[in-house]
Amino acid sequence: MSAPARPESLARLEKLLAALKARGIVTEEELAEMQARTDRASPEIGARMVARAWLDPDWHRMMVANGTEAAERMGVSMAGAPPLGVLEDRPGLHHLVVCTLCSCYPRAVLGYPPGWYKSFEYRSRAVRDPRGVLAEWGTVLPEGTKIRVVDSTADYRWMVLPLRPAGTEGWSEDQLAAIVTRDALVGVALPQGPVAAAAE
Amino acid sequence: MSDAEHTPAIHDMGGLSRFRCSPVERDEAPPDAFGKRVDALRQILAAKKLMTVDELRRGIESIPEPEYFALGYYERWMTSICTLMLEKGIVSAEELR
Repeated sequence: MSAPARPESLARLEKLLAALKARGIVTEEELAEMQARTDRASPEIGARMVARAWLDPDWHRMMVANGTEAAERMGVSMAGAPPLGVLEDRPGLHHLVVCTLCSCYPRAVLGYPPGWYKSFEYRSRAVRDPRGVLAEWGTVLPEGTKIRVVDSTADYRWMVLPLRPAGTEGWSEDQLAAIVTRDALVGVALPQGPVAAAAE
Repeated sequence: MSDAEHTPAIHDMGGLSRFRCSPVERDEAPPDAFGKRVDALRQILAAKKLMTVDELRRGIESIPEPEYFALGYYERWMTSICTLMLEKGIVSAEELR
């Protein structure tokens, strides 16, 4: 677990904020508003984008061609955010997203990155031993599946469009969105259809 | 420079052997109050064109290795933001002391 910030760090932040406030650069209200806006982003947005792609071929084409536009159409403001790319899984090809240099993450459509995404272990091992990392999530890909590991960067963010699991024919957008977890959008897990869910 | 001489900077962790045998700790906790405050501040300073993501990264990447590993994630961010605000003359060293 990540350790809490040290008391001297807490104190230094407040000193920095006091200096910035004294110059009229930030206010407590702006901080609260920005935090509230950031808190509103969640993986449910990305999950909804995927569910639509599974149901609507036009949306699917648009989303794969231009993730930023797809996010905007979900009502997410992408102004000032790096472009969003969508990695489409196919039978025999799986995608995994990592930021080896830091923690670049499609926050607009997935929210804050989880602690493990920022961990030294994930950053170093995702590119070296992706199947070993997936195994820690209990994720086993069908035999012969290739893995493409994609580095998210400060200039380009990625999310995965996973394959729709068998047994979900006739499901509504809400039902489909519910099985698209944050982990599936990063590529460490797969959406679970009814058969897999029943077997667990 | 030959490959043998090439030592990546500490933030450049892809494939680093140091963590090869360590499992990924499944830390799911959202950022704490400190982290969210630093995060919001970074976004505000970026929106006001007082710093960029690249500058944030350069500030993080220049943290010496022992400190890089000792600091928490948002503590590294805050360290970088302090460095940038000092460099730009927006705040003074006395104010942060």
